[in-house]
Amino acid sequence: MLITCPYCGPRDVIEFTYQGDGNRQRPQPASQNLDAWNAYVYDRLNPAGDHNEIWQHSGGCRAHLRVVRNTLTHEISSTAFARGDHNSVARHRAEDKS
Amino acid sequence: MAQSWLCVGRLLYSLPPSLKWMTIRMAEYSAFSLLKNALTGNKDWRPAWRKPDPKASYDVIVIGGGGHGLSTAYYLAKEHGITNVAVLEKGWLGSGNVGRNTTAVRSNYLLPANTRFYEHSMKLWENLSHDLNYNVMFSQRGCLNLAHTPAQLDDYARRGNAMRHLGVDAELMTTAEIARLVPALDVSATARFPIVGGLMQRRAGTARHDAVAWGYARGADRRGVDIVENCEVTGFLRDGDRITGVTTTRGEIRAKKVAVAVAGSTGRVMRLAGIETMPIESHVLQAFVTESLKPFIDTVLTFGMGHFYMSQSDKGGLVYGGDLDGYNSYAQRGSLPIVDEVMSEMLALFPGLARVRMLRSWGGVCDMSMDGSPIITTGPLPGMYLNCGWCYGGFKATPASGWCFAWTIAKDEPHDLNAAFTLDRFYRGMVIDDKGQGATPRLH
Repeated sequence: MLITCPYCGPRDVIEFTYQGDGNRQRPQPASQNLDAWNAYVYDRLNPAGDHNEIWQHSGGCRAHLRVVRNTLTHEISSTAFARGDHNSVARHRAEDKS
Repeated sequence: MAQSWLCVGRLLYSLPPSLKWMTIRMAEYSAFSLLKNALTGNKDWRPAWRKPDPKASYDVIVIGGGGHGLSTAYYLAKEHGITNVAVLEKGWLGSGNVGRNTTAVRSNYLLPANTRFYEHSMKLWENLSHDLNYNVMFSQRGCLNLAHTPAQLDDYARRGNAMRHLGVDAELMTTAEIARLVPALDVSATARFPIVGGLMQRRAGTARHDAVAWGYARGADRRGVDIVENCEVTGFLRDGDRITGVTTTRGEIRAKKVAVAVAGSTGRVMRLAGIETMPIESHVLQAFVTESLKPFIDTVLTFGMGHFYMSQSDKGGLVYGGDLDGYNSYAQRGSLPIVDEVMSEMLALFPGLARVRMLRSWGGVCDMSMDGSPIITTGPLPGMYLNCGWCYGGFKATPASGWCFAWTIAKDEPHDLNAAFTLDRFYRGMVIDDKGQGATPRLH
């Protein structure tokens, strides 16, 4: 499986560390909303199909990435920096390498 | 001819008393039936299970024709007299994890809820071939966890003591004892990860996984259960909140009770019932087998410095596996980095296997719960019953899972053995976290 890092281009999956489900919303640290904490810690959408997830390019530029990957085919449809204020999106296409 | 009669006589003489009694009652599979069918050209054997069309309604529908679904149907019929039951399987019987695992059976857990449950399973395993009149080839060859640091050995001693406290067998082994048991192992001080001892459960072992599915299927079938293959559930029939049946690729089927035992497909099936999130992620786990070797290892061995386990099948192939691929997956196939990792762990223990060729590898989808322990419960909707969260240890649980799930379905309340395996334990902070390392869908 290849993941296209927005900095580094397409790289083998062994360079990346899986950080899990990207749909989870972490409550504010002071929040006492048990439902929100329970949902964050334990509940998963676990879709069979496109999955919004976080990967870190730990063997490369160390950027955290938001990746949309199909859990049935392992096909990656988009990668982007996970940081919210960064808008650049790398599409998982060969021509983006250049 | 005289010689074959002598063989039959010897076979009968060597049978345990319970099996002799079954033989006299003409069990479906026995030395007598074997002889009778051999003399009549093997024309009278019945298929191990029928291929019925689904009826319009049942008392209980079990979704999922894997090990757990089939054992649930078997114990519903045998223990609770509920025989108007259908098992719905989307593919063919036993095509999922019951035919994809590495066949290890053990009950070497730390926490009481797990230890009691898996020990109940072990006791059912010990009589399963007789109970089913089907040879599941249960072989109590032991399971040895290798320790590579003194701290790890201390941890194993603690777990062994916890097991013995609850009546489960466990013993600590020294490096010298391990070297005698597994001569091929590199026990030298210069090994990549020197071995300082290990925790052995002698009653653990392996079983023939396909035979477990087939044996439970036949046992359930002969008691009247309909096993419906190629019948995928596409939705749930509801009356308000209450589940009243299912829609399938073979039509609507109504039932008073609908039980879900679909392992890696739990997320997909629960979504059909309108439940969007579960404390479960689906991950792929790979397993491997080598070409056949002469007898090499006669126990189940686990590596303590990584994640690797190995046994040898009766055909001679080394059967082994390691860690999850590590990312959510519903694909029943794995990726190469894990193949590489598992092989390297095998060679750290057995440098002598470097030139042995791998014959096959395959993958199964595991329902990884957030604390590494299963869920066997009523609900979460009225009329529904849920069995999931087996992580990658579901095979050894097959008998007790079905036994407890059947009890829960029949009596609308859990047995003591599965009372702790609730769905709301995460919310209530009552997780059963055998490794004590917090919520993550990578435990077992």
